[in-house]
Amino acid sequence: MEDLIETIKESFGTLTLNKMRTGLAILGIVIGIGSVIALISLGQASQKSIQNSIQSLGSNLLTVMPGGQRSGAIQGPSGGGTTLTLADAKAIESTSKITTINSVSPELSQRSQVTAGRNNTNTSILGVYPQYSTIRKVDIANGVFISQSDVDNVRKVAVLGPQVVEDLFGEGSTNVVGQTIRVGGQQLKVIGVTVSKGGSGFQNQDDRIYVPLSTAQKQLFGVNYLSSIAVEAKNANVMIDAQNEIGYFLLEKHKLSDPANADFSIFSQNDILNTASQVTGTFTALLGGIAAISLLVGGIGIMNIMLVTVTERTREIGLRKALGAKKKTIITQFLTEAIILTFTGGILGMVIGVIISYILAIVMSLPFTISFSAIGLAIGVSGAIGIIFGWYPAQKAAGLQPIEALRYE
Amino acid sequence: MIKVKDISKIYQTGTVETAALANISFEIKKGDYVAIMGPSGSGKSTLMHIIGILDSPTKGEYFLDGQKVSQLSEDEAAEVRNHKIGFIFQAFNLLPRTTALQNVILPMRYANISVEERVEKAKKYLTMVGLGDRMNHTSNQLSGGQQQRVAIARGLAMNPAILLADEPTGNIASAQAEEIMKIFEKLNQDGHTIVMITHEADIADHAKRVIHLKDGKIIKDERNGKKIKK
Repeated sequence: MEDLIETIKESFGTLTLNKMRTGLAILGIVIGIGSVIALISLGQASQKSIQNSIQSLGSNLLTVMPGGQRSGAIQGPSGGGTTLTLADAKAIESTSKITTINSVSPELSQRSQVTAGRNNTNTSILGVYPQYSTIRKVDIANGVFISQSDVDNVRKVAVLGPQVVEDLFGEGSTNVVGQTIRVGGQQLKVIGVTVSKGGSGFQNQDDRIYVPLSTAQKQLFGVNYLSSIAVEAKNANVMIDAQNEIGYFLLEKHKLSDPANADFSIFSQNDILNTASQVTGTFTALLGGIAAISLLVGGIGIMNIMLVTVTERTREIGLRKALGAKKKTIITQFLTEAIILTFTGGILGMVIGVIISYILAIVMSLPFTISFSAIGLAIGVSGAIGIIFGWYPAQKAAGLQPIEALRYE
Repeated sequence: MIKVKDISKIYQTGTVETAALANISFEIKKGDYVAIMGPSGSGKSTLMHIIGILDSPTKGEYFLDGQKVSQLSEDEAAEVRNHKIGFIFQAFNLLPRTTALQNVILPMRYANISVEERVEKAKKYLTMVGLGDRMNHTSNQLSGGQQQRVAIARGLAMNPAILLADEPTGNIASAQAEEIMKIFEKLNQDGHTIVMITHEADIADHAKRVIHLKDGKIIKDERNGKKIKK
């Protein structure tokens, strides 16, 4: 143990002799480890962000979408098919054949240009029923949500998400209720603003405008289909029953006998969550893989510098062997130096990686997560790189013949 | 102490065989002070490598302190060198940018001697060679003569069976060379066995016995009673 400490001290002494070279050798590992940690943290943060926004939609929610069912894949964007109608939604709600559901929310979603005064933005317009706010857990910060009477009377009213308020009326605007916005030539009166859900990225629930479904279908877009029907099951345990009941009911209603020909698909939140996790997981692995390449390059840099060191110190190695150093002793000495190099690089890289992922989290408004598995991996990997890439130079040093080495000029 | 029996060292270059040493035999007793002399190419460096177990002979046997050491594995040889031989090289071969004390400690680190004992012994031997006040100087802060004295202290550190000096004064000024020779004489009086390789006659004159080598053979082996005292 004392000897190990002395070897480590001695290695530090040798490495600090040529600070520039040592620093450059370490830099490769710093960049490698730093980018692995930053990119894996980034991947995991976006994964978490997506999971949060999907989970915030509720765990006993089923979504019926137009278009055929394909295993393992989410069907194209909502609005891609025209096979679901308001009549379907109403039938699901009123039939006695479906017993496991609470409420049904027919929805039509399209993107559109929206203007207010001189400002404009491109955002999602959602035609909804009042049930939407309970099923999708939307809370109102100011004013009211769409009511049944708004839907029945095809009123030209709108409820805005906070992001839309910011885009159209400027940050911090409070007196938005009562103002008018224009969507595709129609004037809509703002009757409410929703509470921020803090979502971001793929599914920003703050960047939306809610209008009565009837207004969206008849006044704004001139269509008679739905882009989805959200169904709330009685509880999370009857999800599969509800999925089956709705499925068979709609097949019958659409006069289809073979489930393989279904012109709609039903997803639970879990299906969506799993698929999204799979996609972002692959993404994270890809990012990590790219970063790992830079780590490999860093490792080769260490090996290169250790080989130079061995050549430069041939006489020293010869002397040590003449004075009684065994092969193992020489190997230990050079491996220690290599490991100190990579380990120092690993620690520095870890700190830099965490700082970068923190900055990225702020800039991209993602949740900041420190991936402890990535940190453990980085430390382990940097040590292992020292051993792997230090091994050959250390063997080379230990294999030198003392007379040859002492003679070397 | 040293028993060399019919030792040959043959180097092979292609099909041509060159004998650096041809059937050499001699014995050196404990407490002796022997110089091995010869011009360059006489085989004295090869002999020094074999005596120092840095190289093994092609033929013949070599006993050091009663142990047969002519055919050892690399690690066994390292251990014998560590315990039995104190090397003193022409080029000093101290670790650069390392203190005198650490240089003397080096061989003791390879022998599992406790840290306290290492430091204590290193201080003792450095004081003995007259460097008690320079223990914490690094090797590049010392003159050639001082560096060689550090090397002598390092050679003594493991209390070896023999001190093996290879042209010990070859790289230092003559005044300092005299000092080194005085240290050798004193060490010999204290009972240390010294084997010194040199090509300088006046250096060899300090020894009690001179073995002359030429073309890989011993041509003269004299115990010199007519040593000149300066």
